[in-house]
Amino acid sequence: MNTRAKYEHVFACLSMAGSEVSNQRSRNEPHGASGLSRRRFVQAALALPVVSALAACSEKTKPVQVGRIFFSADEYKFVKAATARLIPGTADDPGALQADVPFFIDMQLAGPYGRADRWYMEGPWADGTEQQGYQLKETPAQLYRKAIAAINDHCRSQYGKVYADLSEQQQDQVLHDMDDNKIKLKDFPAQAFFAILWQNTQEGFLSDPMYGGNRNFAGWKLIGFPGPRYNYVDEITKYGKPYALPPVGLMGRDGSVLNL
Amino acid sequence: MATRLKPVDVVLVGFGWTASIIAQELTEEGVQVLALERGVDRATVPDFATTHIQDELKYAVRNGLFQAPMRETLTFRNTRDQVALPMRHLGSFRPGAGVGGAGVHWNGQTWRFLPDDFIWRSHTEERYGAGFIPADLTIQDWGVTYDDLEPYYDRFEYLCGVSGKAGNLQGSKQSEGNPFEGARKREYPLPPLERSVGSLMFDKAAKEMGYQPFAAPAANTSRPYLNPLGVQMGQCTYCGFCEWFGCGNYSKASPQSTILPVLLKKDNFSYRTGCDVTKVLLDNTGKKAKSVIYRDLEGREYEQPAQLVILCAFAQHNVHLLLLSGIGEPYNPFTNTGVTGRNYAYQITSSVEAFVDELINPYMGAGALGQAIDEFNGDNFDHGPEGFIGGGYIALWTTGGRPILQHHLPKDAPKWGAGWKKAMAENYLKSVAISTHGSVVSQRGAYLDLDPNYKDIYGNPMLRLTFDFHANDYKMSAFLTDKAEGIAKAMKPRSIDVKKRKGPYSIIPYQTTHNTGGAVMGDDPRTSVVNRYLQSWDVHNVFVVGACNFPQNAGYNPTGTVGALAYWAADAIRSMYLKNPGPLVQA
Repeated sequence: MNTRAKYEHVFACLSMAGSEVSNQRSRNEPHGASGLSRRRFVQAALALPVVSALAACSEKTKPVQVGRIFFSADEYKFVKAATARLIPGTADDPGALQADVPFFIDMQLAGPYGRADRWYMEGPWADGTEQQGYQLKETPAQLYRKAIAAINDHCRSQYGKVYADLSEQQQDQVLHDMDDNKIKLKDFPAQAFFAILWQNTQEGFLSDPMYGGNRNFAGWKLIGFPGPRYNYVDEITKYGKPYALPPVGLMGRDGSVLNL
Repeated sequence: MATRLKPVDVVLVGFGWTASIIAQELTEEGVQVLALERGVDRATVPDFATTHIQDELKYAVRNGLFQAPMRETLTFRNTRDQVALPMRHLGSFRPGAGVGGAGVHWNGQTWRFLPDDFIWRSHTEERYGAGFIPADLTIQDWGVTYDDLEPYYDRFEYLCGVSGKAGNLQGSKQSEGNPFEGARKREYPLPPLERSVGSLMFDKAAKEMGYQPFAAPAANTSRPYLNPLGVQMGQCTYCGFCEWFGCGNYSKASPQSTILPVLLKKDNFSYRTGCDVTKVLLDNTGKKAKSVIYRDLEGREYEQPAQLVILCAFAQHNVHLLLLSGIGEPYNPFTNTGVTGRNYAYQITSSVEAFVDELINPYMGAGALGQAIDEFNGDNFDHGPEGFIGGGYIALWTTGGRPILQHHLPKDAPKWGAGWKKAMAENYLKSVAISTHGSVVSQRGAYLDLDPNYKDIYGNPMLRLTFDFHANDYKMSAFLTDKAEGIAKAMKPRSIDVKKRKGPYSIIPYQTTHNTGGAVMGDDPRTSVVNRYLQSWDVHNVFVVGACNFPQNAGYNPTGTVGALAYWAADAIRSMYLKNPGPLVQA
């Protein structure tokens, strides 16, 4: 598999979050027979190519260089710098960078979530009240693209450098200013972008490693979550006892399809 | 031009809990039943396999099992003077889509409403006087009583293998059960689930406060269970992935784990997925339905004729269909006349998070694993001095400890940065939340109608929701939250964070998918869409089933009552309507 093919393969696995298999059938036949289950699965696989890629996802892949699909180099620099302030870390005490959160966000924005595939995105558009929720025209991916450029512009005019080149203290100040809406962006409030950036950062730190973040279970180890284990019948009544087994992901002990 | 299909005896719109129950019952009478489901097909294998369903990002965060607003949404505003705007992504509530409906992704919290809940207006007027109820409330009696529904609650509980402990067996109070519940004929089918650390802490604290805590009724099987249809369920493994997820272990009751293995084998039942029903067509008298119109995923239009049409979709969807079909006079909030869309209600919730010294291991849980008190629900306490009506339960649930959405942080913890990280490490395993779950009144300003500005993908007006909590409900919720805070403090935590429900109601943060009303049941055609058997007053061969029938919302999760109502309506259709089609109640 060449590098590009590998990306497509990984992306097919990752993009399953947020996708929906759609089908239509008329059925009036016995249910529960194994033949039927197999047929259902084959139908689903034919209907949606990414499902057929799933079977291949579990195979061991050789290490690949973590790159980017959605972000430009400058955008990626911003996201790395910002997420490193949101969840700081070191090699011994992993944070967003060590957990590959920027890579996770890149993959998410390149997929159905970034495109707002499931959201209602038709006009007419109006600002609405706070209680009426999200009323921006931008998809999450568009929000990042516009906001990063605008915040880098702000940083250049305020500090003479782009965000990634500021001191940590200045970077924190810019994040606070975004959250407090003290930075004015043209198309939407800075707070809207901060909210989505912080949400996606937490997702990348705490979701199953198969999505590319939470590398080596960094987030789960920090808090003590053992992963999606199936059975606690024996443990539920062992009150006050720590759970002994190490974290496991949906893809197993390695956690990641990337095997980085 | 719609393609006209071969007629069936009964067509069901939707294929979740209510449709599954009604289909199972009516097919026993030998009639041909067809269910039309807007979403995808789903079965325990392969769709809920534990090898992929325990995925917080895909299902709980990205809403994998739910209605996609891109295909279907509604518009929302708090008050009549605002312009309603579309709910662009899911927030406050998350309607299910696909076979099994919300029955796939619910928690399994299976309550019976209190006897007084069904006669809320008459009971309140009798105990406190008519002037006690605020003038703009439109609360009303249900037209059925607890005693009417008791056998049907029982059927739903035994279908699901509910784990619990009776508090009132045929009038005799039982220790460790809910002392306030209505009399039940027999014990729950299964004993309560194992307790979590949090359940035990709540139990102890509540008893110290003088309350009578009990294990909340759970449609998560505490033991292997063979239900009356002969369907085998497995013992719950406390995996902590119930709400927002399907159950791969046959332990959480859903249509898939309780009914479909029997129903799908029947020759006189069939279903189609990817079918958006857009209208019920009436004949030229306007008194009888002749068919439903639906679109498939490619937009092709079909007309499905049927003798009997039963709307079994999610609450708001049923109401939308009634409005688009011209069934029942649309509600007019200015004159307080009309019925369709009237008495929308919801659920008011709050929480008190407690940060404790004990190791909680929150990820070992089940959707309905909880300890609760009912002292402040319904009219279980004297409302006279309080100046509000309604109530709710207070519970500590251990539904799971999924890291993205189910962590709690002390209120002084930094929102992000190194301090956030430290607080996460210190509190994830050592925090619990006590929640309050309250009733919501119905009122003139809360209703559903057709939006004048926004159209759905078929060019029909979207449904419009106009809603805010009533002052009564904020007052009631504050009262409940104070009581919850008392229990939390009795647990002697390091710190607590009291999260009161503050207004106005917002479509953004998730609260609950307990949307009710809009097609309410009752004894009076001027204030209800359907009669006590859930039959349209105007079009006798249309029945409407679901939480949309609730005239207002009680302080409990709705599914137990929705299941009971489905059995109740199915029984009326089997025993009366099929033999002699026509109005079951004379208006």
